[in-house]
Amino acid sequence: MTGTVAIGLLQILVVALGAPLLVGVLRTLEARLVGRRGPTPWQPYADLRKLLGKDAVVSETASWVFRATPYVLAASMLVTALVVPVLVTRPPLGFAGNIVLLMYLFMLGTFFLALAGLDTGSAFGGMGSSREVAVAALAEPTVILAVFALALRAGTINLGGVVERVEREPWLAANPAHLLAFAAFFIVMLAEAGRLPVDNPATHLELTMIHEAMVLEYSGRYLALVEWASAMKLFVFLTLLANLFFPWGVTSLADPVPVALGLLALAGKLAVLTALLALVETSVAKLRLFRVPELLSGSFALALLSVLAVFLLR
Amino acid sequence: MAPLDLSSLARALVESGADGVAAGAPGTVEARLPAREIPALADRLARAGAHCQLLAAADARAAAGAFALVYVFAPPTLRPAAVVRVAVPAAEARFPSLATRSFTASRFEREIHDLYGLVPVGHPDLRRLALHQFWPEGYWPLRRDVAPRADFADAGQPFPFRRVEGEGLFEITVGPVHAGIIEPGHFRFSVEGETIVNLETRLGFVHKGTEKLFETLPLARAPELAERVSGDTSAGHALAFCQALEAASGGAAPPRAAWLRVVLLELERLYNHVADVGMIVNDTGFAFGHAHCFRIREELLRLNARVSGHRLLRGAIVPGGVAGPVEGAALADVATAVERLVAEFAEVARVSLDNTLVLERLQGTGRLTTRTARELGVVGLAGRASGIDADARRDAPCAAYDALGVRAAVHEAGDVLARTLVRLDEAREAARLIRAVAGRAPAGPARAPLPPLAAGAEGFGLVEAWRGPVWHWVVAAGPARLARVKVVDPSFRNWPALEYAVLKNIVPDFPLCNKSFNLSYSGNDL
Repeated sequence: MTGTVAIGLLQILVVALGAPLLVGVLRTLEARLVGRRGPTPWQPYADLRKLLGKDAVVSETASWVFRATPYVLAASMLVTALVVPVLVTRPPLGFAGNIVLLMYLFMLGTFFLALAGLDTGSAFGGMGSSREVAVAALAEPTVILAVFALALRAGTINLGGVVERVEREPWLAANPAHLLAFAAFFIVMLAEAGRLPVDNPATHLELTMIHEAMVLEYSGRYLALVEWASAMKLFVFLTLLANLFFPWGVTSLADPVPVALGLLALAGKLAVLTALLALVETSVAKLRLFRVPELLSGSFALALLSVLAVFLLR
Repeated sequence: MAPLDLSSLARALVESGADGVAAGAPGTVEARLPAREIPALADRLARAGAHCQLLAAADARAAAGAFALVYVFAPPTLRPAAVVRVAVPAAEARFPSLATRSFTASRFEREIHDLYGLVPVGHPDLRRLALHQFWPEGYWPLRRDVAPRADFADAGQPFPFRRVEGEGLFEITVGPVHAGIIEPGHFRFSVEGETIVNLETRLGFVHKGTEKLFETLPLARAPELAERVSGDTSAGHALAFCQALEAASGGAAPPRAAWLRVVLLELERLYNHVADVGMIVNDTGFAFGHAHCFRIREELLRLNARVSGHRLLRGAIVPGGVAGPVEGAALADVATAVERLVAEFAEVARVSLDNTLVLERLQGTGRLTTRTARELGVVGLAGRASGIDADARRDAPCAAYDALGVRAAVHEAGDVLARTLVRLDEAREAARLIRAVAGRAPAGPARAPLPPLAAGAEGFGLVEAWRGPVWHWVVAAGPARLARVKVVDPSFRNWPALEYAVLKNIVPDFPLCNKSFNLSYSGNDL
């Protein structure tokens, strides 16, 4: 029992504290790739600390939704840390840890953020919300389908079960279905986490924003929570990519040594995926908004092919 | 109709009842005309291909009992030009409008209506342009007999924007305060989903009385003010102002100064073009192009500091020549440095434009057709990108440009890509011009004293700065003071074009369209 609680806390700590570092490393890598020196990888921690120490300015027209959203976002991401196999295959909420639950935890945050964007009545917030919902509606089926391709082969929709199965039978990973699902999931991760070529997290141009437009009205500790939550979302998505598709290192034992090894393995896998993400982001431009559905339907097609391949290559 | 030349212009003027028809500055003919004859003259000249390019007013009531209007009619190449002077009696304070004939004239007339209280009769849209609702009614700040006032108050009325109404149509208001560090301007979009069906811009938020300040400032300080009309066009405005002063005084800069001025103007063009391409690429999210264009821009600014003593080239162009470190600049070294940086810039631009995702964002975006560009009187860089073959460096050369033979960069497509490619071509041309100056600039003094200004003496300065033609019209009040300075930045001419270029584009592409024009707010809001 204490072991389960400890593992749960550890997973939450890894996600909560690791997320800003991941974003920092990503920014530093991207700066280096274009020939800039860039900030240190620790910069997001300093930003969060600064924001947490500032007063929040809230529009007079905003309702409770606006104030509650940052907490909903952060809380839903912390819950995902108990669902997703970050270090161990059976985390505390692992019994409920299926892809459907996870998807709707993400959607809960998106739903509240879209409402908060509308809440203040600013033109940009509404614009961002409508775009975000459009992208989310297209991305959601792909996420589910891509993971279902894995689930079909593993015989379970429980994330931990998928991880254990692939770990036991590694040849499952060397299957076209697996690779197609990885590609589909990677693309949809770009959309869900608001990365290029779908959204540009570095822009200051309100009219082009998706995610950033919804959070334009946030400041102070609210903004800190929102930014922290979006960093955690990226962290969780990359962890899913790392552990569902390359599950080696994720342990089914709650002992200190395998867990420590699991942490190292996770760090290594995330480093590789972050480098890949940095490469992708520096070599593409932002898609014209109306091209985003094409990208996402491409990703959906990959996921569908992956599901078909499960049956065809049985 | 015979091709337009000076003699046919002069003939048209005489036939329209003008008197005092005489040759003016090279390529121009001057005349006086009664106000009521202006529409007929405009029609006659329009058939010959010459349109209103400039309309300025001056308060000459103290001397002549009337307001003075000066029209410049010319084809897009700005030469040959007819400079037509019209007196508007103070008691009357009205003149016939050309608004239904010339969009360009309609904007100058609105400006005059705001600042002088002269009524362009027949103008269909006399909403305020230069002044905001905070300015009291009946207060015309450029009249010379008005006292400063402080009773500015919100009129309580929203500006009458054109409303687009219907099922599924929304308004998006952007600005005047923006997220980036840019100047203030208000953009009112009407959108259907993400598609822009109407855009209206409201500028004037940084109206700061520049033209009025010229009238009170000691002449010695006036060039500094000219340099600050628009911070990114210091050299362009300084040169136009100095040329107007030189024309008014009857003096001239020595030959070496003319060649050095070319170097300064091209350095300014270069750093702005490089920065603009970087910003355009950045708006597509392609960080590589942005980072390297801004590195090159920084090196160019440091080069500017070495050449002129100022990163933005201020203080180098002075009445009668050039001053400061530029007099003794090692031009061959400058040309070598510029060639290296332009080669790097071309390489960065190639990498960026070879990226299909970047190219896809630029191609076909913000398209301004040649026809619309002509009707709106679009000038300079934006005009050349829409197929208007006009470059004042070639057509109405100032400084030493006539000896250098400028090749105008013209592209037909009128989209963001075309405006990017014009910048790229012009950067290469700038390197070539600076190299040519380094090889051919004559020795000798770089500055000559100007004869004293006579009261009433006037002159035009016209310079193709990096955005397009900059005009300064100067009227002297005496040896040490100016009675009137009219400044026209190309931004004033081109802002309306943005409203048309973005139609049927989607909202997220607006910043890209805007950046491809990169117009000045300060230069517009004098």
